Amino acid sequence: MRAFTYERASSVEAAAKAAASNSQARFIAGGTNLLDLMKLEIETPTHLIDINGLGVDKIEGTQEGGVRIGALVRNTDLAAHETIRRDYGLLSRALLAGASGQLRNKATTAGNLLQRTRCPYFYDTNQPCNKRQQGSGCSAIGGFTRQHAVVGTSDACIATHPSDMAVAMRALDAVVETVKADGSRRSVPIEDFHRLPGDTPHIETVLEAGEVVTAVTLPPPVGGKQIYRKVRDRASYAFALVSVGAVIQSDGTGQVAVGGIAHKPWRIATAEAELPRGAKSTADALLADARPTEQNRFKIDLVRRTLGAVLTEARG
Amino acid sequence: MQFDKPATTNPIDRLKVVGQPVHRIDGQLKATGRAKYAYEWHDPNVPYVYGYPVGAAIAKGHIVSMDVSAAKEAPGVLAVVTALDVGERKKGKFNTAKLFGGSEIQHYHQAVAVVVAETFEQARAAAALVRVEYAEEIGAFDLKDAMKTAIKPKDVGGAPPDTAVGDFDGAFKAAPVSFDATYTTPDQSHSMMEPHASIAVWDGEALTIWTSAQMIDWWRSDLATTLDVEKEKIHLMSPFIGGGFGGKLFLRADAVLAAFGAKAARRPVKVALPRPFMVNNTTHRPATIQRVRIAAEHTGKITAIGHESWSGDLPGGQLETAAMQTRLLYAGENRMTAMRLATLDLAEGNAMRAPGEAPGMMALEIAMDEMAEKLDIDPVEFRIINDTQVDPEKPERPFSHRDLVSCLRLGAERFGWSDRGRPASRREGNWLIGLGVAAAFRNNLLVPSAARVRLDHEGVITVETDMTDIGTGSYTIIAQTAAEMMGVPIEKVVVRLGDSRFPVSAGSGGQFGANCSTTGVYAACVKLREAIAQKLGFNSEDATFENGEVRSGNRSVPLAEAAGSEGLAGEDTVEWAKLADSHQQSTFGAHFVEVGVDIATGESRIRRMLAVCAAGRILNPITARSQVVGAMTMGVGSALSEELAVDVGRGFFVNHDLAGYEVPVHADIPHQEVIFMDETDPYSSPMKAKGIAELGLCGVSAAIANAIYNATGVRVREYPITLDKLIGGLPDVT
Ligand SMILES: Cc1cc2nc3c(=O)[nH]c(=O)nc-3n(C[C@H](O)[C@H](O)[C@H](O)COP(=O)(O)OP(=O)(O)OC[C@H]3O[C@@H](n4cnc5c(N)ncnc54)[C@H](O)[C@@H]3O)c2cc1C
Ligand code: SF4
Repeated sequence: MRAFTYERASSVEAAAKAAASNSQARFIAGGTNLLDLMKLEIETPTHLIDINGLGVDKIEGTQEGGVRIGALVRNTDLAAHETIRRDYGLLSRALLAGASGQLRNKATTAGNLLQRTRCPYFYDTNQPCNKRQQGSGCSAIGGFTRQHAVVGTSDACIATHPSDMAVAMRALDAVVETVKADGSRRSVPIEDFHRLPGDTPHIETVLEAGEVVTAVTLPPPVGGKQIYRKVRDRASYAFALVSVGAVIQSDGTGQVAVGGIAHKPWRIATAEAELPRGAKSTADALLADARPTEQNRFKIDLVRRTLGAVLTEARG
Repeated sequence: MQFDKPATTNPIDRLKVVGQPVHRIDGQLKATGRAKYAYEWHDPNVPYVYGYPVGAAIAKGHIVSMDVSAAKEAPGVLAVVTALDVGERKKGKFNTAKLFGGSEIQHYHQAVAVVVAETFEQARAAAALVRVEYAEEIGAFDLKDAMKTAIKPKDVGGAPPDTAVGDFDGAFKAAPVSFDATYTTPDQSHSMMEPHASIAVWDGEALTIWTSAQMIDWWRSDLATTLDVEKEKIHLMSPFIGGGFGGKLFLRADAVLAAFGAKAARRPVKVALPRPFMVNNTTHRPATIQRVRIAAEHTGKITAIGHESWSGDLPGGQLETAAMQTRLLYAGENRMTAMRLATLDLAEGNAMRAPGEAPGMMALEIAMDEMAEKLDIDPVEFRIINDTQVDPEKPERPFSHRDLVSCLRLGAERFGWSDRGRPASRREGNWLIGLGVAAAFRNNLLVPSAARVRLDHEGVITVETDMTDIGTGSYTIIAQTAAEMMGVPIEKVVVRLGDSRFPVSAGSGGQFGANCSTTGVYAACVKLREAIAQKLGFNSEDATFENGEVRSGNRSVPLAEAAGSEGLAGEDTVEWAKLADSHQQSTFGAHFVEVGVDIATGESRIRRMLAVCAAGRILNPITARSQVVGAMTMGVGSALSEELAVDVGRGFFVNHDLAGYEVPVHADIPHQEVIFMDETDPYSSPMKAKGIAELGLCGVSAAIANAIYNATGVRVREYPITLDKLIGGLPDVT
């Protein structure tokens, strides 16, 4: 970890402004991801702007009948919130499938969306990695890729986005609210929030320099059976090999996003239209452009099978 | 004491303290955080500083040059010591790869420098500034390729690499039923909770070192060799150890770096290895490829059994003795075993809990299950049919005590083995349910062990031995032994371990620690009893030590009084004579497991486990059970998730932290039951106890593999049995 200076921001706007004026600055929320990355010198900010205590930590209703989740709401509090449990069960379940109790007590909504990949080469500074060091190469391609992405990959990077929460947010049509350095606000549908790796895997979201996430909103509840199924090698405390977040209505239609297979939560409108026809055709459409490696080819089959289990559970 | 005749009745047989469920005497210290582990020694008056290691960024080659100027100028830095600075050093007797020094790089993350600074954070930050230019060489990292050029070593730990009895090939061909399959086990990491850590303090030429070592004397000798100082000048302490599993048997780089760092900085230095170093800098259990062949008559009687194993290590290293148990476990007139060693340039392969048998049983005990199915004989019965009471390679050598059959029968009854159905026949909701069994087997090893026992004027018995407690319960069973021998309550016993000033013990390894170290204490107590009797003018033969008194005829004297103001002491070493040559000493057991496999995702989860163990006298059922339960848990990891992933191009283990290398978590471990057979083995020692800690691991993973087969009908021969290896064979659920 490099030495850094620290400030406690006085307002969201001030935080955005301070961050925009210093390319070596980072926001710190729960710190559960950022500090680990700093210890390993994968991230080397020289200045931290603490955004805790700015009042963006509330869960409240929106005018449209949905819910606004403050960026600093802790994962534990979000998962336990009455409205979330009642109307957005998928989100609560996804959160509880992630990390551990202690981590969820610290982890925040924005921090979770912005957590970085778990590609093991990304974590080893001796190894080339385009995401860590632009243009240095990708060690994973041709290496150990069991956990890596099978769809939406590029020749520069095949990493996945590891968040469980984000998969649920994607299936629930969340919108990310931000404040930019000039004080202006914008709302970004989660679909557009995370980027595919392309030639620039080090740029992971559409956030601009200094832009602060202030909240995530969810549209009015859509009902249905809400299921989060996380598949992993051990029963807890492991990232998903594949996860499926789904809202399935009684007529068989629904919304479905898949985690563990791409650089962002994976949801495809044409695939979703196949839901009433079952898991196979839905999965085929979701993974039509898949380019798996020898080691992670099983994810193709696993997505289909997991989706099958989810649809069976939804019918039951 | 020479142990050269089977034990007869002795004071231990009273079992007033030994054999009782005594809670750990160091339990409170541990539960309240007062047990000091290596890194935690902290004297407020000592100006400790911190060393942080730099590991090689390549797998094989040479250092061309190093630039430490930026590191030296970084805030707080006191010293930077590089491998080039210390130059080529003599290597410790027990190390295969050098720990530090010289320009050659033998494996990834081999230590190339240590940076010492006022704070840990400063040392770590400065370590990242060390620049190294390497000349990389091509290495061998893939066992499947390297096995083609594997060699036959002269001997494997004193035993021949190959054995052959009768006509294996002929009998295998002629048999009505035969079976031939190849299995693989991956590289595994000890992944103990406490990292390797040391504090080094120099006083002139004398070095004091607190570390985390399973074997005090081995570490001390090898540290002396590596530093080129006199062994007598080194005082090494390791009173508490947060797990080792074999990873702390041999001197490691943290001690060497702390010593060099402290010398250069002229300050006491603390060094802990970062978690990734535990994988690529220290040792690991090597991967194996194993071929097992079994042939039998229709009755189930084995006529031929063969086991071959290949593993790799750095040049000058050793192989994983995975075929060893097959020389002893089952009957069969025609037999062969062979073990080969390939050259690999990964980090050093070495002992991890139950070396040899752990991976060997993973293969052999699936093969036994497969063969039983081929014969259409229940796998419990198949094992019983092929039980042997003599060493099958040398029938003139009986087992000292062998009760595998009772373990299997009792386990089958208690576990409800008769409920087991055909493969893929039982389903509960989304779960496919299966039962599996495997035998457990591990040899009982005997190592000399010494202790010193003192009695003081308050009647307190103090035991000193350099034995270590790696979480096993050594403190407690040693206290029990001394209490039993001296006839005092356990509260009157003080145990001091893990210090090079104490007599050299067996140490913790090879499941020999409990039996051998308590026997050393037994021997020292015999000496102390003699000293007490002599002082009182008692005939030591008929002196009875009971209730804090020593009694002879109608005279009895409290021990406190007998001690006098000077106190009395006894010291002795147990040496093991030839008993093990005439009688094979091994430990036995049976593992039963019920698993559920998710029909859609192929996730395997354990539902129930039972181990039945026959391992001589159980010195303390609480600590013994804890060993077996821990071993069963390790077996779950080894069956289902633990694998060091080799990047065969770059030459290192990629998943080098506890996020990537998945050991079981609580949610993976269900109800575990352990039954100990009520037995004693007088051939093993006066304690009549044998090892238990590794037995608990041997066979578990195969029982799980067999249960997964029974649940799904899918046979996986490559560990770990992850879902990707199963889903192709599971029913279509879409
Ligand atoms: C051992 C372990 C296991 C885990 N297991 C799982 C798991 O199974 N599933 C899972 O989904 N996650 C898992 N996680 C990840 C965990 O969910 C994230 O670490 C956590 O959600 C990050 O939130 P945080 O508030 O601590 O973020 P921080 O570490 O504070 O920040 C992360 C990033 O987001 C930026 N940031 C934070 N807030 C804002 C904001 N308001 N505006 C703009 N930028 C911001 C920071 O600058 C930083 O770059 C695990 C983590 C650990 C350490
Ligand atoms: S997959 Fe992406 S994160 Fe991983 S090494 Fe390649 S570029 Fe880096």
